[in-house]
Amino acid sequence: MWIRRAVQHVSLILATLLVGGLLGATLVRMAPGFGVDPQELDTRLSEASLRALRDSHAAERNVLRFYASYLAGMLRGDLGISYSLGRPVRDLLAQRIPTTFRAVAMGLAGGWLVALALALPAVLSRRRACDRLALTLSGTLLCLPSAVVALLFLLLGGPVPLALAVVVFPRVFRYSRNLLLEAATLPHVLAARAKGLGGLRILARHIWPAAAPQLLALAGVSVNLAFGAAIPIEVVCDSPGVGQLAWQAALARDLPLLVNLTVLVALVTQAANCAADLAATASRNPR
Amino acid sequence: MKNTARHLAAGILALVFSASLLAGLLSPARYDQQFRDFPNASPSRQFPLGTDELGRDRLSRLLYGSRVSLLLAPAAALLATLLAGVLGATAGYLGGSPERLAAASMDLFLSLPWLFLLVTVRATLPLNVSPLVSLGITFLLLGALGWAAPARVVRAGTAALRDSEFILAARACGCRSSRLLLRHVLPNLKPVLSAQFWISIPVFIVSEANLGLLGLGVAEPLPSWGNLLRELENYQAVLANPCRLAPLFLLVLVMGCFQAILPREDFTA
Repeated sequence: MWIRRAVQHVSLILATLLVGGLLGATLVRMAPGFGVDPQELDTRLSEASLRALRDSHAAERNVLRFYASYLAGMLRGDLGISYSLGRPVRDLLAQRIPTTFRAVAMGLAGGWLVALALALPAVLSRRRACDRLALTLSGTLLCLPSAVVALLFLLLGGPVPLALAVVVFPRVFRYSRNLLLEAATLPHVLAARAKGLGGLRILARHIWPAAAPQLLALAGVSVNLAFGAAIPIEVVCDSPGVGQLAWQAALARDLPLLVNLTVLVALVTQAANCAADLAATASRNPR
Repeated sequence: MKNTARHLAAGILALVFSASLLAGLLSPARYDQQFRDFPNASPSRQFPLGTDELGRDRLSRLLYGSRVSLLLAPAAALLATLLAGVLGATAGYLGGSPERLAAASMDLFLSLPWLFLLVTVRATLPLNVSPLVSLGITFLLLGALGWAAPARVVRAGTAALRDSEFILAARACGCRSSRLLLRHVLPNLKPVLSAQFWISIPVFIVSEANLGLLGLGVAEPLPSWGNLLRELENYQAVLANPCRLAPLFLLVLVMGCFQAILPREDFTA
């Protein structure tokens, strides 16, 4: 079971890498000026030198050899040069990734903390007012596009991770609340309650284990959500991360950079989904 | 209580939809008409919500923008649902390798962050286009990329139907695959497809707003909620004229109404 799921996830990650790599290579080949060396414009070069220069690019004209060399370069970490910024994509990513990853990690932690802090009282206590308030708050936040949340944070001067937490919280809250409430109505939980077990003990020993697999799957999905929200939030709040870089690349139509960025983010989210799924499988079958 | 809230939400949605459809009659001016003597005008009898920095009537732009956003989202949802219906039902009905391949493609699509995917694909298409072309591109983009989530549900529904007794009976009677799919499977998927259609609408409204705010959605001078929200970037101007918040208010109102109508667990826009 474990191995099969792990193989499925790894093949999906490899497929993404392959498709992304081929897409990137295709876009590089289709870009204007592909295969033309600026040195060819040098009038001092002799015919023999020009022929030698053209021959040096001959390998790139062969589609299959070009794809193979592009993918090999990608595996070595050579992701090409950004047309719009004139810098190696690898350097740009190395510079921007830490900002986004830190913001996403903090945003996810914040969003989950608030979501669980508001979902648990709904399960533990019978006070409906608190639950209604949390539902209203999450409902209102769900109505706001992440770009609008970013604008509000820009106006209020709030940090980027907090804006990400505000985007993540309502989605996580809705699902986790429903999952925990559903688990709280399971027959063995009702039996435990009837026997007089305390609320916290019921939560820790009976409700949480029942809802854990789905909550872990939700954790994987929330990574995807946070990275998606990073684009408008980083753009509006002027945070120099991967999201802002993706937007700049989109406006400049720097497609190779954009495809590399998307593949990178897809790999991260797939790795997160893979980890969440394997953890969920482990929590279902602890042995 | 719940039913009253739903009816109220449906009423408000009907009102907003009607007002946006009748934008041509209700709006005092065209959305691109400039009153050059009144740029950034405050609300008045002539301009109930004031004018923008180019002197265009904000109420007219809001009405026309609502029409664009509220027609674009259902149209894109329809396209996404149709694609999901065709792909999901075919994959679920065929089973075996086609189903596994379709499931893997859906997983791949769903593992990509939605906005990253939208921005990447949008960038592959021309950016300097006329407003109407940008509207078409946004519609096609949302519809063509939003198929994966509904397709997964449709595929699961079809796979459940595939082995049901009435399908087996129809197959035993010599019913052809295409007829089975069209006459027996698809009609039974109607509730699933309808639910997926309604769930997709708020998702696409929010996506269009995000794209518009990033400058990658519907192009000026054609208004949409996305590009109208860009006025909020000027904090001082918002404080000076809170009517600039009108598109945000309308967006939240419409999304809130969808939230009241759709089942809570489905509303994750």
